[in-house]
Amino acid sequence: MNIIVCIKQVPETTDVRINPETNTLIREGVKSIINPFDIYAIEEGVRLKEKFGGKAIVITMGPPQADAALREAISMGIDEGILISDRAFAGSDTWATSYTLASAIKKIGVFDVIICGKQASDGDTAQVGPGISAHLDIPQVTYVKKIEEVKEKSMRVERMTEEGFEVLETPLPALLTVVKEINQPRLPSLKGMMRAKQAKITQWTAKDIEAEPNHIGLAGSPTQVVKIFTPPARSGGQMLQGEPAEIAEKLVSLIKDALH
Amino acid sequence: MPIQIIVQKCTGCTLCVKVCPFDAIRIMDAPRLIGSAGVPPSAAKKAVIDFNKCTLCGACVDACKFKAVLLDKTTPAAGKIDISGYKGVWVFAEQKKGKVQSVVYELLGKARDLARDLSTDVSAVLIGDRLEEEIQELIWRGADKVYVVEKRELANFLDEPYTNILVELIKKYKPEVVLCGATSLGRSLISRVAIKIYCGLTADCTGLDIDKEKKLLLQTRPAFGGNIMATIISPNYRPQMATVRHKVFPESTSDMKRKGKVIRENFEGAAIQSRTKLLDIIDEIESTVNLSEADIIVSGGRGMGGPENFKMLEVLAQVLGGAVGSSRAAVDSGWMPYSHQVGQTGRTVSPKIYIACGISGQIQHLVGMQSAKIIIAINKDPDAPIFKVATYGIVGDLFKIIPALTKQFKEILKK
Repeated sequence: MNIIVCIKQVPETTDVRINPETNTLIREGVKSIINPFDIYAIEEGVRLKEKFGGKAIVITMGPPQADAALREAISMGIDEGILISDRAFAGSDTWATSYTLASAIKKIGVFDVIICGKQASDGDTAQVGPGISAHLDIPQVTYVKKIEEVKEKSMRVERMTEEGFEVLETPLPALLTVVKEINQPRLPSLKGMMRAKQAKITQWTAKDIEAEPNHIGLAGSPTQVVKIFTPPARSGGQMLQGEPAEIAEKLVSLIKDALH
Repeated sequence: MPIQIIVQKCTGCTLCVKVCPFDAIRIMDAPRLIGSAGVPPSAAKKAVIDFNKCTLCGACVDACKFKAVLLDKTTPAAGKIDISGYKGVWVFAEQKKGKVQSVVYELLGKARDLARDLSTDVSAVLIGDRLEEEIQELIWRGADKVYVVEKRELANFLDEPYTNILVELIKKYKPEVVLCGATSLGRSLISRVAIKIYCGLTADCTGLDIDKEKKLLLQTRPAFGGNIMATIISPNYRPQMATVRHKVFPESTSDMKRKGKVIRENFEGAAIQSRTKLLDIIDEIESTVNLSEADIIVSGGRGMGGPENFKMLEVLAQVLGGAVGSSRAAVDSGWMPYSHQVGQTGRTVSPKIYIACGISGQIQHLVGMQSAKIIIAINKDPDAPIFKVATYGIVGDLFKIIPALTKQFKEILKK
């Protein structure tokens, strides 16, 4: 089974703090990590490979420093890493990003399954996974919480919904986006870390993946950011004091209008 | 790169450094300028952009008082598509088991505002099977037209046929705006549609307005867990598509006097084929109220002490007609199923009232619930970060306070 896992390097959001004086983000010294949802995608990719053999490749589009994210994935058991990096990709929205990743996947050629995290923690759009499958014109199943069965040319999976879940069967190749419930990711082994350190990361530019210049970066992106601003910070409200019964009475009278 | 600092204008004031959400600007010495005639040493410090980090968002352009940042946003797409032929605001009417979802009515209300500002009409697109009553309701709730595609094979959502149909309808009728609920179904569908059409799609908008001069949809959404807001446009592509979460906009009211037109479309063959087969739909009984749709959520964290104590929250939620949520800590301890988890790796909710019981309020939890209108926090630790976002904070023993609250709510709601 040939597996491709798509990941993104994101700032560790726990470290995102607001400067109270300027009301802006403090980004200095913020660590870059693998998007938390992508860790589950990596783990699932490694598990499929261990069970069915084949190869697991991890790809990312990002700046040169995203190399670290690929190596971390390798330390968890992924075989190879490909960094798709070019200044021409700057300003990519989800359309251009999914086009770029799909172009790289076309260059890889053979694959049975593509796995992505359900969304990235910095943008939260959940659009790039389905975007890749649309570009490649392959079936997709989003919010997968379990792979029930893998057959030679198909897969039966559980897809999380608001009310519960659906059971779907999809032919391969297909793209899955996965949720946290799917597995418990492993920690990198010492051997894995050694391997990751020595691994050779393949680097591809826009030219390497034969991307249309008009479909990448700012030029290929239908959406444009016109304004970025910090919302007024939610300040702490009113503290209620007294005996439980007293507090309850106070609170209920304060919010009773919102109850209907 | 389409962005550059005009060295002659840059004063090294650091305003751009402070607003850059991506930490992509540094102030550095510009050695070539030092000593030049008329350039004081202080002015020799200039902003330098790290192109590996810059996403061309333009925050620095707005912040610079000296017009020293130049960003060229003209794209080759400008003028490529004749946008004048696109008219009307569409809402994708998501249905499950033949029932239109409440988020659709929330979108219809907003769509009416947008259509008014654009001097156009509102349409709903309904795909499924046996939807007669729902068609009527969509009209009563604000749709001037309802495009209906009914077929037994389309009763339940499947990515491919629904995508094919929506794409074909958009190509045929050319709406200028398409809105869709940011549900698990909506996000999967609309992302695929946007690629096939080649148009802009903005996820999870919390604000939708019309730039009346340019007749453009202004889409405002949070990023970085709500720490920054971005306004996004899609000037050269049509339709302009956006998803919106549950409870962001109020539902439109039903007016039985409203009239509308029903347009039926038929699809056959390859368009309604799905490579993926739906084998089963399982509703989990323990989640009696859908967390994302709930007006009131009572949530418990590590402070609940154990799974048995969540019963107390269920009772309170029942009295309030709400749902029970949970922090990651409680899910990871096995006290609550993952489907109840609120926060970054769980669900994002924006109910009218969120009651956080024994939840300390780590940032990962806050990003999932801080858009709630009223937040009530009960915690024994007065320094718990949850109090920083709480509308009403109660420091104390939740095992005493929750029963007292339940009693009080029961009385006022006469249950």
